[in-house]
Amino acid sequence: MNSPIVVRIKKKRIVELLANGKRVDEREPTEYRKIELDSGVIERAEGSARVRLGKTDVMVGVKIATGTPFSDVPNKGVLTVNAELVPLASPYFEPGPPGENAVELARVVDRGIRESKAIDLEKLCVEPGKLVFVVFVDVYILNHDGNLIDASTMAALAALVNTKMFKYEVEDGKIVKKPGYTPLPIVNYPISVTFAKIGDKLVLDTGLDEEEVMDARLTMTMDKDGKICAIQKGGGSGYFTKEEISEAAKIALKKTEELRKIVVKG
Amino acid sequence: MKASKKKTKQETEKKSAKKAEKLIDKKGVRLDGRKLDELRPVKLEVGVIPNADGSAYLEQGKNKILVGVYGPKEAHPRHIARQDRAVIQCRYHMAPFSVDERKSPAPSRRDVELSKVIREALEPAIFLEYYPKTAIQVYIEILQADGGTRCAGITAAALALADAGIPMRDLVVACAAGKADGKLMLDLMDTEDKVGEADVPVAFMPNLNAITLLQMDGNLSVDEFENAISMAIDGCKQIYALQKEALKLKYVAAEEAKEE
Amino acid sequence: MPIFYEKKQLVAPGDLLAEGDYVPGESTYKENEKIYASRLGLVDYDGRRVYIVALKAFYIPAPGDTVIGKVVETTPGGWVIDIKAPQFARLRASDVVERSFKPETTDLPSIFDVGDLIIAKVVAYDRTRDPQLTIREPGLGKIMRGQLFEVTPTKIPRVIGRQGSMVGMIKRETGCQLTIGQNGWILISGRSPTEEQLAVLALRKIEAESHTSGLTDQVNEMIKKERKAVESK
Repeated sequence: MNSPIVVRIKKKRIVELLANGKRVDEREPTEYRKIELDSGVIERAEGSARVRLGKTDVMVGVKIATGTPFSDVPNKGVLTVNAELVPLASPYFEPGPPGENAVELARVVDRGIRESKAIDLEKLCVEPGKLVFVVFVDVYILNHDGNLIDASTMAALAALVNTKMFKYEVEDGKIVKKPGYTPLPIVNYPISVTFAKIGDKLVLDTGLDEEEVMDARLTMTMDKDGKICAIQKGGGSGYFTKEEISEAAKIALKKTEELRKIVVKG
Repeated sequence: MKASKKKTKQETEKKSAKKAEKLIDKKGVRLDGRKLDELRPVKLEVGVIPNADGSAYLEQGKNKILVGVYGPKEAHPRHIARQDRAVIQCRYHMAPFSVDERKSPAPSRRDVELSKVIREALEPAIFLEYYPKTAIQVYIEILQADGGTRCAGITAAALALADAGIPMRDLVVACAAGKADGKLMLDLMDTEDKVGEADVPVAFMPNLNAITLLQMDGNLSVDEFENAISMAIDGCKQIYALQKEALKLKYVAAEEAKEE
Repeated sequence: MPIFYEKKQLVAPGDLLAEGDYVPGESTYKENEKIYASRLGLVDYDGRRVYIVALKAFYIPAPGDTVIGKVVETTPGGWVIDIKAPQFARLRASDVVERSFKPETTDLPSIFDVGDLIIAKVVAYDRTRDPQLTIREPGLGKIMRGQLFEVTPTKIPRVIGRQGSMVGMIKRETGCQLTIGQNGWILISGRSPTEEQLAVLALRKIEAESHTSGLTDQVNEMIKKERKAVESK
């Protein structure tokens, strides 16, 4: 992936502004850009959603298929998350198999869903050891303007909440479709917040400008009870202190609750 | 009750195939209510991807297609650059969730072929010789597919190229005609294409009256083939009017924003 | 000798504009005695010349243009500069350093390094070679501070205004220095971030409303209003 070459004076400016608690687009350090969520945007998929976070644009599609379970968990359905940084989304994305950024993005989104047990995978078992449902979550970045992780986690959750499976019965060990649909069994709602460290300040929801100059980032995914289900430090060769991490966790608790309301109403 | 329970998956599939085979009813109406020579509803929007130099979004029936264009820019890797003109790097790609059975994001052979023919459909329209040693990237993403996506991709790509300010001889517009249930019809959707006798996608430069993409898949007499081309070109002309509207709408929207 | 559109009508690529003894201007082309549009924009006629003011066009370097560029690579012979044109531009080491410089002993990155912004002039460009830049004139060289604002190159004339009226007004009212690159990059350098922000707002307004008449006065008004709002805080 081509890295953008950061304009030196731009970085200086962002750091200077932040030293005074200001950001280039006049946001507060913990303020998110405008968030728009649309569900069910791809009718032919079992579930889908699109999240726009400022100009960052992410679409997630959920497809359900049947397959064999993993041998170590024979009574659970299978979850698999993939992310595509498609080249139309940014001049720095190139066509080809997922690079390390796409893989990391997919795995962090996956971790949040899996570790919060958001999907009741046992309900997706048809015949233990033989036949289960497979849930494919495909994250598609449509425009990259920073903070792909949070936008993707939110869109993935919204897509799962939107997902409907056909009703079925098992006959002779085979699945027979019945009329009607049933929602995917979702029992938890993981939301991520990603902190960026710029200089010695922490900011949430980086725009592309800020992301290009950040020293490191820290993603925290929390479930509906405020339990942490995924953490990922990445985005640069910088570091965090233990105090910063504790501070971040406090902010994350409040912020994830706020953001969750956008996906789960009421 | 017992009899219906014994129905296997195979039998259910056969029945739907038989149902699908009846693509046109007695009144000449197709499964989605269209007449034989009727296009699916088309919706076009220009300038939808902020990062791209040019972009467009298209809906045609259930097709949902997004195109982003970058360039002209330095060709990369350098060895693909041509000294006499720009090169077009075109990629047709389907999202895994765009079709009924989840599709692997890795390019299939079909994706590779379509990327090539789409590139060749767009090249005649672009003034490539103005920008030697550069590349123009055209990225077509199929978000939801229902037949005729290569044509819809070309139509959207032409808009994205115009949106990018890349000089063109003409817009390119594409549409397919084909034969199903023994009759020639316009703009086949997936069911009709799968079960039908032939599909003829055509790309067309309307002001220069030039065909830039032509394929045929199936079984047709020469007469039928020529009629299909005419039908497709008719469809192209209808879509072309919508392309121009979409381009002009973008300008009008910009004007209206100013008046606020 | 027919022409097919009125002045200032919106045309799309491929539209037939004129037939007969006409000369193809910007964003048009001639084929078989017919002149067609090659870009989306407003058509206009100037005597026998038919041209289009394109809605969007990327920057094509012309000798004499002042441009702002980003250093993207250092090579033994000089630097590769991104000036937002279809091709990268080149700045030769010999343009910057003493004539008898030795590549092995001169540390070029210490002069300009990747990530630096420079103001330069285009000295040569034809389609077969990369654009060549120079920084030999006064006022050119490395940019040490300021903010970068980007507009589509077709709007640069509007930012400058007739005989510099618009840019001059912004400089006066905001106290900022504005360096305008023909390639669409504008450098804002002010005494304080607040004043730089006023200039940014002015440029945003020009970008959004470039077709309006009386824009210079409107932008002037807006700057005055914003300044009052900030000062009263």
